[in-house]
Amino acid sequence: MAKPNDLVQGTLDLLILKTVSLEPKHGWAIAKRIQQISGEVLQVQQGSLYPALHRLEQKAWIKAKWAETETGRQAKFYSLTAAGRAQLEKEAANWNRLSAAINLVVETT
Amino acid sequence: MVWARRLLLRLETLFRRNRVGQRLNDEIQFHLEQQIAENIAAGMSREEARYAAMRTFGNPTVLKEETRDTWGWIWLEQFGQNLRQSARALVRTPGFALIAVVIIAIGIGANVSLFTVVRSVLLKPLPFRDPERLVGLYERFSDSPFTYNVVAGGVFTEWKKQSHSFSDLAIVNGMEDYNLSGAGGQLPERVRGTECSWNLFPTLGVEPAVGRSFTRAEDQSSANATVILSWGLWKRRFGGDPAILNQTIHLDAKPYTVVGVMPSWFAYPEHSIQLWTPIFHELSPQRWQQLDSHQFVVIGRLNPGVTKAQATEELSIINHRLHEQHLDNPFVSAAANSRSLLDDVVGDITTPLYVLLAATACLLLIACLNVASLLVARGTARRKELAIRTALGGSRWCLFREHLTESFLLSAAGGAASLPIARAVIQWFVATRQDTARIEAIQMDGMVFGFAAGLIFLCALFAGTISAFSIKSDQILTSLQESSRSHSGGPGRVQLRKWLLSLEVALTVVLLIGAGLLIKSYARLRAFDLGCITNNVLTMGFALPQAEYSQPAQRANFWNPLLQRARSLPGVQAVTLGDFVPGQGRSWDNGFRIAEHPPLPPGQGLDSIVRFVDPGYFAALGIALRRGRTFDEYQSLDHYKKAIINESFARRYFPDEDPIGKHLITFDQKPYEIIGVVGDTRFLITKPPEPLMYFPMLYPNFATLAVRSSQDVTSLALPIQQFVQQLDPDLPVSDVLTIDQMIGKSTLDANFDATLLLAFAVLSLTLAAGGLFGVLSYIVTQRTTEIGIRIALGAQRREVLKLMLSDGLRPASVGLVLGLAGGAAVAETVRSLLYGVRPLDAGVFGAVAVILLSVACIACLLPAWRASRLDPMQALRSE
Repeated sequence: MAKPNDLVQGTLDLLILKTVSLEPKHGWAIAKRIQQISGEVLQVQQGSLYPALHRLEQKAWIKAKWAETETGRQAKFYSLTAAGRAQLEKEAANWNRLSAAINLVVETT
Repeated sequence: MVWARRLLLRLETLFRRNRVGQRLNDEIQFHLEQQIAENIAAGMSREEARYAAMRTFGNPTVLKEETRDTWGWIWLEQFGQNLRQSARALVRTPGFALIAVVIIAIGIGANVSLFTVVRSVLLKPLPFRDPERLVGLYERFSDSPFTYNVVAGGVFTEWKKQSHSFSDLAIVNGMEDYNLSGAGGQLPERVRGTECSWNLFPTLGVEPAVGRSFTRAEDQSSANATVILSWGLWKRRFGGDPAILNQTIHLDAKPYTVVGVMPSWFAYPEHSIQLWTPIFHELSPQRWQQLDSHQFVVIGRLNPGVTKAQATEELSIINHRLHEQHLDNPFVSAAANSRSLLDDVVGDITTPLYVLLAATACLLLIACLNVASLLVARGTARRKELAIRTALGGSRWCLFREHLTESFLLSAAGGAASLPIARAVIQWFVATRQDTARIEAIQMDGMVFGFAAGLIFLCALFAGTISAFSIKSDQILTSLQESSRSHSGGPGRVQLRKWLLSLEVALTVVLLIGAGLLIKSYARLRAFDLGCITNNVLTMGFALPQAEYSQPAQRANFWNPLLQRARSLPGVQAVTLGDFVPGQGRSWDNGFRIAEHPPLPPGQGLDSIVRFVDPGYFAALGIALRRGRTFDEYQSLDHYKKAIINESFARRYFPDEDPIGKHLITFDQKPYEIIGVVGDTRFLITKPPEPLMYFPMLYPNFATLAVRSSQDVTSLALPIQQFVQQLDPDLPVSDVLTIDQMIGKSTLDANFDATLLLAFAVLSLTLAAGGLFGVLSYIVTQRTTEIGIRIALGAQRREVLKLMLSDGLRPASVGLVLGLAGGAAVAETVRSLLYGVRPLDAGVFGAVAVILLSVACIACLLPAWRASRLDPMQALRSE
């Protein structure tokens, strides 16, 4: 199983941006979501999510709002900003290019 | 708007740090609780669920740290932390902190004040319009020391007519004293003024604050007399009343209409000038034809695109042409010279100021070295603490930062304390050195505060870096092990302190040498023989205005009763009149020839200082008669054509013959018979004697009265002045001074420079001695055990004393040698400030070496003696 350190920093950013792009989510939900969608392959050490979240917030790619969860508790919900959307597209495109290239190398023997 | 949002977020994380931090805690708490709830739902026990949640989350504390890191203010946080730590550490050792702060405050204070003076006087542009285009213009004689020779009126006329390099050429006639008559019961006074061409003010680009400048029409001999007042004179004498405009005041008993008042900051040619009059109105028209009577300062404003060199070249060509046309007259120069108006104004003070600035820089460096040395010592005392912290994972960078913060704190405190010191020093300087050019411009401004901040920063960096580098990471283990037995602890660090000390001593030696040279020079200066009696001789200046004293009979009616009255005062031994007395200045010189000598080739001439004196002059002032006789009593000068020369004159112009009976032909082209040779006198105490010719004087307009008394002569000033008041209520008396006071005035520079430099040198000597004492005390403490063992094994106490002394004196000797070498190099730069002392004066160098070694010995003696007194049992047990 991949340890968080193995996740390239940019990759974690990309995952977070993608995850919050659909709807505002709080930290725990983001961690869960990444785990679920990736079929438990990408298991981010949950805590290391927070430095990344705050860094992205400082860059104004995501914004945060305190709101009530469905269980009635206060939680910090992150959502994508316009700048974040642009960044997501850029990073996604980058990722696609990179993975395609790596695929090509790996599969052409 | 992304950047605005980012800025907002950053500000929030800066100013609402605690709240944001609380929020982060909540956020993480929420996360953990969610995870725990999920785990419980999956069937774990509460305890188990909590552990599992923590495992998947990671170390919350570390992660919180990491998160805070992303907020970007971590350095500030750390800085604050360092600051708190350092402040606490310093407060724990108040003695150390206080000493360090005081040392830095003195160092920075001295530098800031000197920098303020240097910047205000030498570096700030003159407060005129486009001051870089203003030049002071001079004539130059190729074969004489007068490279900046004042300009003759005729030369100015030609320059004005022929040159094209200047948009304006103005002329100023040095200084002229006027009798300002009192009105409404005020006392008359002598005020210093200057004559200038009407375009001086437009050339400089200044406007009067009140009224107007001179017009061209006012600056000619046919015009009515006009005058412009200085702000100070206007305020003081006329109550700052604008109604003074177009009023008449009396200068030398002649009416002048006031047309303007200059602004308070305006001081040209210097700040003692209190009024300006139009020069073409004041001086006779033939002055503007004379090519050989040099007395004016010319100011030019360069045309755009013309360089100073080009302009000088043009004027030189004009002068050369004049020279060619007047080959028979040796006093027509062949070239011109120029310097920027700023250099022209501040020329004399430049070298002394820079020397003093260099001395203060030395002082600061010594202060920094001392503080660094103190910090190193402190680092040693805290060695174990630092080693433990390093062992626990404190990074080198972290420790380095702490050192810097500590020295920064010290410097900042010192810097803050230095500003009042600097202020006081500047006030003192301004009060003491009223004679300094541009003294009115001296003030602390933003630039000075910036300079102070820069110095604080440099000191902090310097002292902090040196002390930080004294910690070596590979010594950490040793430090920890050393705890059991402290033999010679940290030899490397002691070595560093010794080096710092050597450097400190070297700088001190350089300062001492500089101070020594200046002091010796000052002592020489005071010891010079003026060539006459200086003790209890009172002098005062008179200028009888031409308007009221044009006839000899009028003047006789003034002088005869005055001299008689002065002679009758108690204790008076002699009273005499002369145009100048020795020590009063160069006054004027004149070309001459000797009737009995063959004519000189055309273009060469002789020149000598001229003095006019009454018959009693030589006896009254105690000027020795070497040969012949002095002037006889005369009732009229119409037929009394006699002259007296001094020894320098005789030596230079009559090397192999008897001057008595020869004839001098000079100012009035009539032969004067030389009847006597008198001893040399100095026209200024700082200048070697020059050839002088004396001519007889009777009832002069301008004269210096000299009164010699057997008792305190200053008590005679008042009765004489009161008597003058009775004779002429409108006549002021100027420069009431004893000759000793006059000498004091002309040696003020040398005295001042020497005193200041000595103060710096003593300060740094104290610092260096303190440093020596500290280092040796430290070494002794470090080596207590070793010394104890030595003594226990039978070492003689004298041996121990010698050993420790040599340990302390070695860095001092190294420093001394370095300093002597440095001093030899530096001495050359103060050459121009020295009188009668060679820069490499063996006496001074020797004395400095002796003083330094004695002080070093004293500083080392106490710790060394303490070492030799050690009780071996105590020393060994103390471990």
